[in-house]
Amino acid sequence: MNHAYEISHLLAGVMLVTSFALLYQQRVAAVLNTFAAQSIALALAVAWAAWSQGRPDLFITALIALTLKGIVIPVALHRTVARLGIHREVEKVVGVGVALMVGLALTGLAQALLFKVTHGTASHAREELALALAIILLGFLMMIVRRNAVTQIVGFMSMENGLILAATGARGMPLVVEVSVAFSVLIALFVFAVFVFRIRERFDTIDIEALDRMRGDRR
Amino acid sequence: MIHAYQVVVAAPYVAALVLLVIPGYRLGAIANVAASALTFGAGLWLMVSERVVSDYAIVDEFNIVFIVINTLVGFTTALFSASYIGHEIETGRLTPNLLRFYHAMFQAMMGSMNLALVANNIGLMWVGLELATLITVVMVGLYRTPQAIEAAWKYFILASVGISLAFFGTILIYLAGQPVLGEGVPAMTWNLLQAAASRMDPAILDLAFIFLLIGYGTKVGLAPLHAWLPDAHAEGPTPISAVLSGLLLNVALYALLRFKMVVAGQPAALDPGPIMIVMGLVSLIFAAFMLYQRRDIKRLFAYSSIEHMGLMVFAFGMGGPLANFAGLLHMTMHSLTKSGIFFAVGHIAQAKGSQRIADIKGLSVTHPRLAVAFALAVFAISGLPPFGVFTSEFLILTTTFARDPWLALLPAFGLLVGFGALLMRLQDTIFGEPVGPAHRVDASSVPLVLHLLLVLTAGIYLPPVLVAWFQRAAELLG
Repeated sequence: MNHAYEISHLLAGVMLVTSFALLYQQRVAAVLNTFAAQSIALALAVAWAAWSQGRPDLFITALIALTLKGIVIPVALHRTVARLGIHREVEKVVGVGVALMVGLALTGLAQALLFKVTHGTASHAREELALALAIILLGFLMMIVRRNAVTQIVGFMSMENGLILAATGARGMPLVVEVSVAFSVLIALFVFAVFVFRIRERFDTIDIEALDRMRGDRR
Repeated sequence: MIHAYQVVVAAPYVAALVLLVIPGYRLGAIANVAASALTFGAGLWLMVSERVVSDYAIVDEFNIVFIVINTLVGFTTALFSASYIGHEIETGRLTPNLLRFYHAMFQAMMGSMNLALVANNIGLMWVGLELATLITVVMVGLYRTPQAIEAAWKYFILASVGISLAFFGTILIYLAGQPVLGEGVPAMTWNLLQAAASRMDPAILDLAFIFLLIGYGTKVGLAPLHAWLPDAHAEGPTPISAVLSGLLLNVALYALLRFKMVVAGQPAALDPGPIMIVMGLVSLIFAAFMLYQRRDIKRLFAYSSIEHMGLMVFAFGMGGPLANFAGLLHMTMHSLTKSGIFFAVGHIAQAKGSQRIADIKGLSVTHPRLAVAFALAVFAISGLPPFGVFTSEFLILTTTFARDPWLALLPAFGLLVGFGALLMRLQDTIFGEPVGPAHRVDASSVPLVLHLLLVLTAGIYLPPVLVAWFQRAAELLG
């Protein structure tokens, strides 16, 4: 029974490492590849939870994570980036060093917070949850410190990966995993259809900086 | 046997599917009104039908208040939209296809809000609220101008942060409930969670409430998480601004209050009251000062919504039957008045072809009747008697004063600051030399007049039946 938790921790740990990797990538293509790797790790973690908890419905979640977030979305984003000819370099608000330091602090915060609070629950669940919270916070961080629309979307989806990990870690939580997967489909479609193309149509760039010029009241 | 709550949720969704295939926007607009009328009828029917507590649905005195307001304002907004939206086709801002999409999305949004309100499952409630939010994001970007896209993008990013935090909070509530109620659906069911709250781990409840407060608080528009709200109101179609301010903020507040009821059931957990009081006051006073610098009329009233949501959160944070009663009443009055104001703003924008306050001078000369209606609506929202908003604000201030006289000074100060700003802007728009074009207004004034009459009636005479009903809901809130 013990190594079941060790494997799920290992996979959650791999996801956390990829979250850090997302922060220090210099090129948009590398960000997309790292995100794909994180999604595949998520799919494995969910599949392992499905097997070890005896919940076959979770296999659907794993399959969707693998195909959609591991393959379809990264490939589609690669093609979008190539076709739109946007900046291949990641545009940063703060440097890699600062981002990594803040990320480290956030990870420590997540561990400290959850270990302090959840002393009553089973130890494996709280460790999983602490890792998931760290991944969520790193996703936020990425949305804040990266400027380009594509990298912000990746930050958001990486945050969602953390949420799905947290939901599978909570034993026996009904309904929500399926629903959250449905949402990631919806959000992905939405992001592609509505934003990337419309922003392109209007600005010839998907740099959020261009949007910020319109900030505030019309004068 | 079909129960009313099933109609309230299902009718808008069915209507959304039908509206997707109806050709011609005039027919679509009529069908939209008919579907909203049906839902409103079901909402009224809910008041007299049996109370429900099942695995997935709950109908009690508390959420009926929200459902009736939701379906009523949904209906009047559909009515307003039907007479308003044809103009957008003439000016070329929308195409018939986009309008068909708009009508379908309007119904889907109403259905999702109703789903969130009747859900007895915290996961299902999250789904309803998030669906409604995502649909409004699309609606805000409907005009596809650069400003609309920026507003929609900002809304999307901030809303998704809210979505994620609220979901993590939901998982934590499940983790708190699971040891007491067992694995699976029971640990996500409202009434069971509330009943079992005293046996849950207080530390997990604390953490969960913080996440839920930030997550759902983003949607309520509490400062400093409000940045999406003014942009989203200003750039979307006016009927959507009316629904955003009048309804979606309420639904988010409803979710927050339900979780407050759960956390309050565990005395060892943190007291949600003081946190809500502080966040409410910060939003109220901040928004009141922000009102002075607005140049866009829809942004002005968006900040006024932040101000009033802050006051409600303050009242609910005070707690107790009286403050809760005042909070519920204020929510009702604000929904009716604010959506009425946005109807008036829609008329003004059509008359003047602009939303800029500087372009809307001399309304009393060019459109006297519209000017009077708008002035009355602004008097109502700024809390002048004899309108209903005055009653509810007075109640909130007096209950606060009875408990802590010094604390009452802060909301009173915020309200006075906001009052001054609104009257200044009202003067700018109503009086002075008319500038710019003065078009004829085609939109129907029936919804606006109806809302004003309701708010006026409530200010002069609140029927005892209504008072008793609000009191029962306020007691449930604890």
